[in-house]
Amino acid sequence: MSYLELLKLASPEAVIVVTALAVLAIGLASTRAFALCSAVATLGLVFAIGAVLVLPQNATLFGGMLVISPLNSLFKIICIVLAVFTMLMTPSEKSLRNHGEYLAIILLATTGLMLLVGSEEFLMIFIGLELLGLSLYVMAAFDKTDLRSAEAGLKYFLFGSTASAFTLFGISFVYGMSGTTSLAAIAEKLTSASVQPLLAVGIIMTLVGFAFKIAAAPFHLWAPDAYQGAPVPSAAFIASASKVASFVVLGKIVLVGFAPVHGGAAWHAMVAGWSPVLATLAALSILVGNLVALAQTNVRRLLAYSAVAHAGYTLLGLVAGGRDGFSATLFYTTIYAVTLVGAFSVVALVRRETGGDDFSDFSGLWSRSPLLAGCMSIFILSLAGIPPLAGFFGKFYLFSAALSAGGNQGLLWLVALALFGSLISLYYYLIVLKVIFVDETAAQTSVVKVDLLSRLSLTLLALLVLLLGITPETLAARIIASLP
Amino acid sequence: MIAWTIYITFAGAVVLLFMPRFLARWIALVTTVADFVVSLIAFFQTSIVDLAHFNTIVRVPWVPSLGMNYHLAVDGISLTMVLVTGIVAVSTVLFSWDADHRQNEFFFWLLLVVAGSYGVFLSADLFLLFVFYELVIVPKYFLIAIFGSTNKEYGAMKLTLYSFFGGALVFIGILVAYVTAGSLDLNQLAQFQFAPQLQAWAFPVLFLGFAVLAGIWPLHTWAPTGHVAAPTAGSMLLAGIVMKLGAYGGLRVAMNLFPQGFEMWRNWIAILAVIGILYAAAVALRQSDLKFVIGYSSVSHMGFVLLGLATANALGVSGAVLQMFSHGVIAALLFAVAGRMIYRRTHTRELDALSGMNLSDVLPFAAFTFVVASAASIGIPGFSGFAAEITILIGAWKTFPLAVWITGAGMVLVAAFTLRALKKSFFGDAVSSVRMQEGRVTLDADWNEQQSITAAEKIGAALLMFATLAVGLYPKFLLDRIMPAVEAMRCLK
Repeated sequence: MSYLELLKLASPEAVIVVTALAVLAIGLASTRAFALCSAVATLGLVFAIGAVLVLPQNATLFGGMLVISPLNSLFKIICIVLAVFTMLMTPSEKSLRNHGEYLAIILLATTGLMLLVGSEEFLMIFIGLELLGLSLYVMAAFDKTDLRSAEAGLKYFLFGSTASAFTLFGISFVYGMSGTTSLAAIAEKLTSASVQPLLAVGIIMTLVGFAFKIAAAPFHLWAPDAYQGAPVPSAAFIASASKVASFVVLGKIVLVGFAPVHGGAAWHAMVAGWSPVLATLAALSILVGNLVALAQTNVRRLLAYSAVAHAGYTLLGLVAGGRDGFSATLFYTTIYAVTLVGAFSVVALVRRETGGDDFSDFSGLWSRSPLLAGCMSIFILSLAGIPPLAGFFGKFYLFSAALSAGGNQGLLWLVALALFGSLISLYYYLIVLKVIFVDETAAQTSVVKVDLLSRLSLTLLALLVLLLGITPETLAARIIASLP
Repeated sequence: MIAWTIYITFAGAVVLLFMPRFLARWIALVTTVADFVVSLIAFFQTSIVDLAHFNTIVRVPWVPSLGMNYHLAVDGISLTMVLVTGIVAVSTVLFSWDADHRQNEFFFWLLLVVAGSYGVFLSADLFLLFVFYELVIVPKYFLIAIFGSTNKEYGAMKLTLYSFFGGALVFIGILVAYVTAGSLDLNQLAQFQFAPQLQAWAFPVLFLGFAVLAGIWPLHTWAPTGHVAAPTAGSMLLAGIVMKLGAYGGLRVAMNLFPQGFEMWRNWIAILAVIGILYAAAVALRQSDLKFVIGYSSVSHMGFVLLGLATANALGVSGAVLQMFSHGVIAALLFAVAGRMIYRRTHTRELDALSGMNLSDVLPFAAFTFVVASAASIGIPGFSGFAAEITILIGAWKTFPLAVWITGAGMVLVAAFTLRALKKSFFGDAVSSVRMQEGRVTLDADWNEQQSITAAEKIGAALLMFATLAVGLYPKFLLDRIMPAVEAMRCLK
């Protein structure tokens, strides 16, 4: 293994790191070269996609530290695309100074995402998590003039670092039990072992860190403040790309690494393992997220609690396990991320015009900007799971995977709970739409101006949500084909 | 051919969004008329033999990796439902002719409801059917919340949440059928033998889910509230088409997939249906708002549909389908008179207020229409209501004689509240002698502008009246097509 070959296989990450440095340098040289910074950053990401595409189909380095597989490549691309859309959002955020730094940090976070997605070994996963986490903490606190942004950053950091500590501790336990950090090797070691208390502690602690990342209850407490207080692009990135990568890795850890201790989450027939743990997390998230969201009057806070609920739905696929379950989870988390980036883009534009993102700032939006209102309704209805939008198919796929797993509809309780949860969620989603379409505009608010670039990216995202709902096969087949 | 109803309507809805305001109603009219013509042509061209089975008309792989197909099919039942959808849709647009508030949006949502309904009636793939089924619900929310009246946001939200509650139950039922049988094709599923234990719980879940939309007692309360809150077009679509989606789903999916479950539970359905008929009729008798009267009458009449389904014999089930057609037309007509002809001119729906206005003199055409609609609703021979309800009761006589006795008594209640509403709204005694002397009624400020019934209203009303009379005088016309299709289902004994 020569360094040259390593560099070749890690070229997408290398491209992004170099771009980050370049953007940082440009930003230092001139504080006003925002357009140039964005152009360079976007170009770098496009190159990175190209680099991913020319990688070999399969390769494994250093016992799984860097794995190249169709699945990993697909999700590297998805993460990069989400990063691009996040960048398109930054111009509408007025409060951000030092754009070069901000973009560079987004790029570094993207590197973290790619390391996370591209490794099947605990140490590397942890490094990816930390790189991602540290970048995100800075992104959340980036608006130095806003107290809320500082609060968001601090909360996110405190919760995040605690969760990381748990994960690292858990990994050390698992390492102690199996003597290895590679997921495949751990699976081999665990086949003979039953679920001993030590192993159980290790597994649960490992999962805690990821539960934090995906904002599953009861580890979601940072989410509302981070979503509401952080600059909008940061919040969007935390809610979308970071979540996608976390679900990919979480799926690989439980379905590959911990595969032998799957356990069972069927009603009245629980078997010790990680799946009852995830089932509990899912059930709690669905209940807490949906119920608390009912009481929100701020769109970003509402999206945060709905994110908790959606994390719960998404976990259903992992609880179900198997190829079907994993692909359903991956499909759902991807379309969820796309939808949420879109919703946050709308929030960013409205916020720029009205200075806030409470319900009152959205009232009568349809008359101020039909485009924003139309796009927002597509995103919201997709989150609510209304056909023919992507969210509906995603839910159908998830729930059917969960129901067919385990035989005899053992997970019916979880599916019924999730459906009950989506029924509740419909109420608060409809309230948002009511505010947009039914309520009268406050007297002094003006037309929301939308620049061409935002217009383009919003339309693209809305079309994507619509098309993935009408022809879900385009993404679903790709994900299914990429799974081993 | 008939699949074009779906495409035309969706295309019309999308085109509408980008058209100037004054064109909106014309596009909506052209779209719905085109649908109606297409369904008429299909109705007369398709031979009766072809309608005995759920024959595929389109089948394209949609999501092959999960076994979903874009699969449409038609038989006598769905053709009948498509026809009533066409009639009601055209008259709905005609009765919304002078919509003056956000027209494009209004007709956009309206066409989406219509398009989704066509889709449900023609789907032969369970997933596709559910997509269309859910697609209908959200536009209804906007129709009511934006364009409605009395307590509109509450009514809209209640209706939507009830619908989605039903939708969630249906979702569970569909998922169970899908993961057990491994197929979503309705024709294949109708051959599949589900385990009796599974049917025992899956059937009630699925059927109840659909029945929520059909207004089954005690989950019917969304219907009167929703009807009252909705704009006239919304009430017409809701009572005329959307409530039928529920009954149709119960028949096509729940009963056809889980015949043994149906056998276990059909007594309960009959009991709930009879309670619904009586209860809603009794409540309607005490309402003071004309739209509430009609709203509860819808629940009562839909009880007949459920009773017909529960009989599990060809006559009863065919009667239920005929009643879906008949009630769709009659309810649309009643709501058109109450919401459009009366309310737009008097700005009140309070029966006591109306009874002082002596409307039969002022609005003779509206009075005539309402008399026809009431007669049809009560079940006077010669109108479709009679043909349908008598078929149901004959069918029910074989299986539930007691229910027929009770329902027969209940029909007196139906007659009572309908006649009460008719008398109070149009033929009331002008209570104030002062007004009598003046020889005219007290009117709203904008009365004079809209005194006469417009041509659009007349055409719409004539279309609906013609439909109820035609089917009432010659029900064989529809029954010939419905019966064989019903007999082909395996839920019959």
